[in-house]
Amino acid sequence: MDWLTDNYVNILRGFGETLRLLGASGALALVLGTLVALARVSPVPILRGVGTFYVTIFRNTPLLVLILIAYYGLPEIGIDFGFFINISLAMGTYTAAFVAEAIRSGFNGVPLGQAEAARAIGMPFMTSMSQVVLPQAFRLVVPPMASVYIALTKNTSLAATFGIAEATFRMRGLFNDYASQMIQIFVGISLGYILIVAVISWIATAFERRWAVA
Amino acid sequence: MSSTVLYDAPGPRARVRHRIFGILTIIGIVAVLGLIVWKLWVEDQLTAEKWEVFYTPRFISLLAEGMLDTLWIAVLSIAGALVFGLVFGTAKLSDHAPVRWVAWTVVEFFRAVPLLLLIIFIWFYAFETQLGTIAPLVIGLILYNGSVLAETFRAGINAVPRGQVEAAYAIGLRKSAVMRIVQLPQAIKIMTPAIISQCVVALKDTSLGYYILAPGLTTIGRDIWRTFDNRLATALVLAVLYIVLNLLLTALGRWAEKHITGARPAQSMENNPSVPLDKP
Repeated sequence: MDWLTDNYVNILRGFGETLRLLGASGALALVLGTLVALARVSPVPILRGVGTFYVTIFRNTPLLVLILIAYYGLPEIGIDFGFFINISLAMGTYTAAFVAEAIRSGFNGVPLGQAEAARAIGMPFMTSMSQVVLPQAFRLVVPPMASVYIALTKNTSLAATFGIAEATFRMRGLFNDYASQMIQIFVGISLGYILIVAVISWIATAFERRWAVA
Repeated sequence: MSSTVLYDAPGPRARVRHRIFGILTIIGIVAVLGLIVWKLWVEDQLTAEKWEVFYTPRFISLLAEGMLDTLWIAVLSIAGALVFGLVFGTAKLSDHAPVRWVAWTVVEFFRAVPLLLLIIFIWFYAFETQLGTIAPLVIGLILYNGSVLAETFRAGINAVPRGQVEAAYAIGLRKSAVMRIVQLPQAIKIMTPAIISQCVVALKDTSLGYYILAPGLTTIGRDIWRTFDNRLATALVLAVLYIVLNLLLTALGRWAEKHITGARPAQSMENNPSVPLDKP
């Protein structure tokens, strides 16, 4: 177990970096994904088209290729915020497509009468959205949203390919130094990821309980 | 709730407003496109030397080779994952508790571990055995997608109405026959959309071969931009190729769903909350 006792600071730093990636791209995905979901159900046909186009493009491109574009491609045309932000941009825009789909499935779960009642008392689209439909939709989207964020947690490992020293990157370094203890290292780092996943599920359960309708 | 109940049928004023929003959106899109083209232009990206490689026959055939490798790896992985998923999905429903526990542990572990982590581990671990780079990628993809499919199969089998199973037992079928003849065929019909989207996930994830330089589109792309110094152009071409492949795969899946299984598609899915949604 000396791989762990000698390196736990580095491993923790690695997971810290994983969490930073998760936070940055997760926040972007939440904002962008909500906007795309709204566009997809809006009364303006062109906005709907734009939303559908966005989801189709970003859902069918591998995340790795998006990171290639953001990490190698964008700096070539002068868009370079440093590689942490560029990689987070790729992960955020990719995940936003899935967030949008999760939220849209939430809209479909809100009972018909709610939206009808909102319209009946004269609320315009944006008001009925923000006051009636969205609050209920968010509650319904908690479980699918949790899976999207769990997947994002795992996807942050792709940053290791591009030299960000997060957990997967650290594991590879440990493989080089402690070749005889590979299985232990693999299981150990995996457990770290499983812990993050467990925390996300726990938060999701808490939200679901809090937003439960009496 | 269909999205149309969110708003009334637009009256004359709303129609005008929608048209204005529409026009504003179009102006926004044109502005963004213009900005991109302008940016590409001033940074000398729209030159023949960046793009000519993609209309040179020798390199087109190179890309085609990479695409064939990608497809080959994807087909192997999906076939393996289906078998893995079938075995472990039914094992999770086994009457024997130890079988259930083992299946549960295996499935939950490989579902929770990042695929890239898994591939790197297999690649390192199998380094001495001269497995090459394709095998670690394919094994990783099978373990991960197989575990996800195991959950899908389990949910699908559970979604088959109980009466079906009871009727099968009532006419004297044995446990394995009930699973094989009654539960699985119906479950697969219910599961087809979820299986198709998992196939798309597997096809996208073949791109991870880039890390261990397994053959495939992304690795070919790397060779190309190393030679021609056109990273942006190459990455964009890769994205387009993957999007086309995935859309074709989705269309193929829809066609199969309609013509081969003859299922009433998706309907039973929507009533079944245990069916997992699309995941990244």
